[in-house]
Amino acid sequence: MKIPRLTFWKAVFWIIVAFGLWATVIRYTQGLGGATHLSDRFPWGLWIGFDILCGVGLASGGFVMAATVYIFHLDHYKPILRPAILTAFLGYILVIGALLFDLGRPWNIWHPVIMWNPHSVMFEVGWCVMLYTTVLALEFSPMVFERLNLEKPQRVLHAITIPLVIAGVILSSLHQSSLGSLYLIVPEKLYPLWYSSNLPYLFFLSAVAVGPAMITIESFFSSRAFHREIELPLLSQLGKVTVVALAVYLVLKIEDVLGGNLFSYVFTFNLEGILYWAEIILGVIVPIVLLSTPKVRRDKNWLFASSLLVVLGFILNRMNVSITGIERSAGVSYFPSWMEISITFMIVALGFAAFELAARYLPVFPAEIVRAPSGEDEVEIVSFKEIPVESKN
Amino acid sequence: MEKVGMLIDTTLCIGCYACEDACAERWGFPTTPDAPHELSAIKNTAVQQWDDVYVPHLCMHCEEPTCASVCPVGALKKTEVGPVVYDSDKCIGCRYCMQACPFQIPKYQWGKLNPKIMKCDMCYPRIQEGKAPACVEACPVQARIFGPREDLLQEAYKRIRENSGNYYPRIYGVQEAGGTSILYLANKPFEQLGFKTNLPQHPLPLLTWNVMSKIPNYVFWAGTLLGGIWWITKRREEVRQYERKLKKTDEQNHG
Repeated sequence: MKIPRLTFWKAVFWIIVAFGLWATVIRYTQGLGGATHLSDRFPWGLWIGFDILCGVGLASGGFVMAATVYIFHLDHYKPILRPAILTAFLGYILVIGALLFDLGRPWNIWHPVIMWNPHSVMFEVGWCVMLYTTVLALEFSPMVFERLNLEKPQRVLHAITIPLVIAGVILSSLHQSSLGSLYLIVPEKLYPLWYSSNLPYLFFLSAVAVGPAMITIESFFSSRAFHREIELPLLSQLGKVTVVALAVYLVLKIEDVLGGNLFSYVFTFNLEGILYWAEIILGVIVPIVLLSTPKVRRDKNWLFASSLLVVLGFILNRMNVSITGIERSAGVSYFPSWMEISITFMIVALGFAAFELAARYLPVFPAEIVRAPSGEDEVEIVSFKEIPVESKN
Repeated sequence: MEKVGMLIDTTLCIGCYACEDACAERWGFPTTPDAPHELSAIKNTAVQQWDDVYVPHLCMHCEEPTCASVCPVGALKKTEVGPVVYDSDKCIGCRYCMQACPFQIPKYQWGKLNPKIMKCDMCYPRIQEGKAPACVEACPVQARIFGPREDLLQEAYKRIRENSGNYYPRIYGVQEAGGTSILYLANKPFEQLGFKTNLPQHPLPLLTWNVMSKIPNYVFWAGTLLGGIWWITKRREEVRQYERKLKKTDEQNHG
């Protein structure tokens, strides 16, 4: 048996997993107190702020692409639909995994199915995530059935695609916005630069903006890992979706400043003020300027850089809402423990690994356009084909 | 049975901590004489000291409790007679109640593997037997009194009226977060005694109910809108299929 080569990234992966597993043991033998820096004054930390709030948002590419292809009938985006669905499906699985770490009683995670409180935003988020993960599983399953050559299930799924996609868009818009609504009930706790009655719309818009950015970043990583070209024309166009979503987001943020008379907060350069400007400039204004420039959108590296800014700005914003914005009123400052950090890294690393496995063994990416030797005729892509990719790393 | 509450007159409290001990006994907590007098997972009532004033703290048992409204599984509930009680069997440990409570009351058993939320329940089992909460019974100077909330309100107004030099002319708990079952009197402004005075004067659950109540409507009109867009744009798919057919017949004719 050949011993697989241990490349740098594979080593990094296994180190992350090792620390993550060690932290997992601590989490389940010493409780949340032994594994986190959470406290009575600061009950929600990295796992909520990043794993849940960012994880759900970064998986939004799925419903954006599904709507684009199936509701708006923009068929030419089909090549990037399946990777987006895969990213979203894995993303939601990881979010549920993160919940199993963060909940004090994870074995009760199913309780909202039979114990209802329709007044609770978290109840609605829980149900929407449950239902939407099911939708994603169903949207993902054709890739499996195709691989296994099972025709009947494929036909059944094809028949219900449209209702499924519509349900997916409704469920997504509901819970993406509800993650923001979670914070509507703490007006006296959330720092004024982030508290707003617009929180649901801001969270929804940022999710829509970051979807195409994540798809672009995923395309770049996949192209390097699987030695395939990125679909630059499609990703360039998608960049416009990000611009529009961010522009509307910016308008709402300005409305908040004017309506709430927040000028004194905006121009106070304490920690909150600095981080606020950082997220607005780096995550909203600069990407709007960059992505509305055709030269930037059509250049591989500039497009990647702009998308990265959008993603980083998105993460900064959600961490600001959940952590930065809460610290002052909580009266404590919070920094995650090494266990919280390593479990988060492990979850992300497992996501990358799962994506790589799925892309290798399932028809996720379309076959490349094949040119006949003479270079004159082109074979049209009629179906997704599995790419036999050698294990490179 | 009428809605009950508690009136805490901080001008009477002498800081003897008998209430803390009685509460610990009722809950079966260890007594920790050296621990700071703060609410915690093993202290459901605590007497804070602000210079020469002693301020007993406990769950405010809000009229429209934020904690009960945010709990996804309804583990926290406002009983008909007033106390807000917790059913740990339902709890999933999401800690939204801790995040949301405007008075920052619920505490957590961080060190336990099957953790619960901890907070005062106004001795609900004792109330159901017609008794007063343990802390009220233990107080030697009647700084805490227990009874129908309406009567307590009248008593509080009476004390302010008859002894106006002694009292700051406000009752804390009448309107804070929409009103609470626990009412306070003091001899100075409440913000000087560590009370939160920046709270909305309406129940906080209204802030999310505004959004949540619109969801069923949203599902219907969004579903219709998306279905409509699909219907309008499906012509593109039909045109594509037609063009493909044309291309095929074209190739066949020229092939």
